[in-house]
Amino acid sequence: MQDVTTEKKEFTPTIVAFCCNWCSYAGADLAGSSRLTYPANVKIIRVPCSCRVNPMFVLKAFQQGADGVILCGCHPGDCHYVTGNYYTRRRMALLYSFLNYMGIEKERTRVEWVSAAEGARFAAVMNDFVKQVTDLGENKRLTDLRVKEGE
Amino acid sequence: MQRIGVFICWCGSNIAATVDVEKVAEVIKNEPGVVFSTNYQYMCSENGQQLIKQAIKEHNLTGIVIGACSPRMHEATFRKAAEAAGLNPYMVEVANIREHCSWIHKDMEEATEKAVILVRTAIAKVKLNAPLTAGESPVIKRALVIGGGIAGIQAALDIADAGFEVDIVEKNSTIGGRMAQIDKTFPTLDCSACILTPKMVDCAQHEKIDILSYSEIEEVKGFVGNFSVKIRRKARYVDETKCTGCKLCMEKCPSKKGLNEFNMNLNTRTAIHIPFAQAIPNVAVIDASQCLKMKTGKCGICQKFCDVGAIDFEQKDTFIDRQYGAIVVATGFKPIDLDNFNEYGYHDNKDVVTSLELERLMNAAGPTNGVLLRPSDGKHPKVITFIQCVGSRDTSGCGKPYCSKICCMYTAKHAMLIREKYPDTEVHVFYIDVRTPGKNYDEFFRRAVEQYGVDYIKGMVGKVYNENGKLMVQGSNLIDNEQITIESDLVVLAAAIEPEPSVRKIATLLTTSIDTNNFLTESHAKLCPVESPTAGVFLAGVCQGPKDILETVSQASACAAKVIGLLVKDKLKSNPCVAMPDEMMCNGCSQCANVCAYGAISYVDKEFRLGGGKTEVRRVASVNPAVCQGCGACTVTCPSGAMDLKGFSSKQIMSEVEAICKM
Repeated sequence: MQDVTTEKKEFTPTIVAFCCNWCSYAGADLAGSSRLTYPANVKIIRVPCSCRVNPMFVLKAFQQGADGVILCGCHPGDCHYVTGNYYTRRRMALLYSFLNYMGIEKERTRVEWVSAAEGARFAAVMNDFVKQVTDLGENKRLTDLRVKEGE
Repeated sequence: MQRIGVFICWCGSNIAATVDVEKVAEVIKNEPGVVFSTNYQYMCSENGQQLIKQAIKEHNLTGIVIGACSPRMHEATFRKAAEAAGLNPYMVEVANIREHCSWIHKDMEEATEKAVILVRTAIAKVKLNAPLTAGESPVIKRALVIGGGIAGIQAALDIADAGFEVDIVEKNSTIGGRMAQIDKTFPTLDCSACILTPKMVDCAQHEKIDILSYSEIEEVKGFVGNFSVKIRRKARYVDETKCTGCKLCMEKCPSKKGLNEFNMNLNTRTAIHIPFAQAIPNVAVIDASQCLKMKTGKCGICQKFCDVGAIDFEQKDTFIDRQYGAIVVATGFKPIDLDNFNEYGYHDNKDVVTSLELERLMNAAGPTNGVLLRPSDGKHPKVITFIQCVGSRDTSGCGKPYCSKICCMYTAKHAMLIREKYPDTEVHVFYIDVRTPGKNYDEFFRRAVEQYGVDYIKGMVGKVYNENGKLMVQGSNLIDNEQITIESDLVVLAAAIEPEPSVRKIATLLTTSIDTNNFLTESHAKLCPVESPTAGVFLAGVCQGPKDILETVSQASACAAKVIGLLVKDKLKSNPCVAMPDEMMCNGCSQCANVCAYGAISYVDKEFRLGGGKTEVRRVASVNPAVCQGCGACTVTCPSGAMDLKGFSSKQIMSEVEAICKM
């Protein structure tokens, strides 16, 4: 085990970001081409629509040691697939209460709507989320220790 | 055994400046399954692609990962290269190490580390990729143009001239749009109506064009090549097939107090009306909220006088369903409401007008028959002050943050025309900057200043107030560094333009994206400016961003070229990344069909072998790959986990998650 105090000082969270192909992934691309910075610990996974994200993926990420998971999709009403993001919203609301029930900070997960034209917003959201998760500290409750031992 | 090849692109210095590409390629060599890893300056170049093709053949690769720019950029390029080398194009994954890495990070060590993880993630995914084959779907050889302004007219004419059927859906009772309201056009001072109306007539007479005026889009289904659109034909209470446009009804109609929208509410019109003389179709429409017969049941004078019996007070909205291969959105703009700008006194003083109102005041067919008269007392204004950037380039939140682009030019035009027609008139223009890029544009502006003696004042206006019947314009002159007050007879506000509000609903129906200013988003800001991100939907005119007539027409013709390019194809390749149920796991519960926005899922009874010679018939889900758009909503809904999405399978995404977390 690492020393707790030094670990806290150097703690940079691992963040998994699921971005829909049509709005948020393009928004992230725009953040990039506009050279707007956000921390390197955000890693983006491209999905066709935010509704492709099974809450199981979020739990899987936590199990594997992610400290925060963020889902980004098109703004309500603007979904490329008409209604996909509405499903996302409902599913994630359920997941929040499930996390809450387990005693996990729901601040570790977030759903944000970022359009393809909102590069600045993408960067701002990521900066904010990274800060929020950094303040919460390491995800210890949900990490599967077997995953860590396996390393 | 998988044989993965990895290709790291420098993108010149775009990636290589912050990511140690050689190190990334080196580290990745040790990944299990990777048999080849290299880096190259420009992977997308001919040589870069050649390198990929060669490696695929030489090393017998089963999957490749390209660490380069966004897959939205060059995924298609690399897929083609793979296909040319005999590898299934869907065995290619792109790790976005430019937009999502090198461009946003400054620290080389950090960016290199992230790039390695992103490439590893893509490797984890590609290992689970399966070869996919794109299906084919037919193309309906008919186009829909939403909006009958100059953008819609131009697009429709170009598409129809190529031999394809086009429908123009226009919400107003006539096509023509904003350009029909304009008096003269810059920089040539051509008469707007004179160059627009022949095009309107061309539309009406073209055998391939069907104008559906006074109609709106109600519902859109389907996808590129095969849209199914429900159109509401609003009740105009006049039979379009019978009305001859004789205007006798307009002479007889006793309800004359309706505001004339075409003249920017500067005068009134009758309840039954044709907006302007050259309207197409030249058919009357009844304003139900104003018509006495509709309101009180007493009147019906128009009906009595109509020789052809075209008036029908019982008419109801009707709906028609049509199929289209492509859709052009050309919904145009409106000037912003000036409720947030009380300082200019627009609502308190009749003689403070917007530029579009001035356009009507100067138009021969306008409320003053083209004689410039003040709305308040009908006198000739002697001092006219123009205020530019009213609500444009406004970051205070009251107006719009963008430049409306056309105001500098039309203000110069107005100033010039007024000085030309009424040389005794004094004309002042308050401006922040004068922006006149464009062929012959700056020359035009300089003529206003040098030849016509228009007084341009650099500075903003703080207040317009009425003092003894005079409009006092209080502003600053930044060049002379002084506060000035100009006693004016007429004040003209160059109000910002914004997208026509109905575009929001249309964007939702078409599932195209819209930006924070309600402009429709183009597929790529530089290289795909007329395509929307939704395949088969194209953008023309101000709905995409502020532009003048010249640019609008160019964009509309560009749209037409894109539409023609689409419609000449007999078949389109469809996206093979569609949902697919595992029939052995599916229990036919119908949950997936309930969430499918496209109705792509149906159920079939299938016979399954149970062993021992026995069989069982079960109801299982079946996805129509031509209709499925591949969103994945059904995959998450499925309680038994039977539904999966090709190209984005649960296993693939899970392995990506794992790769990211395993650091």
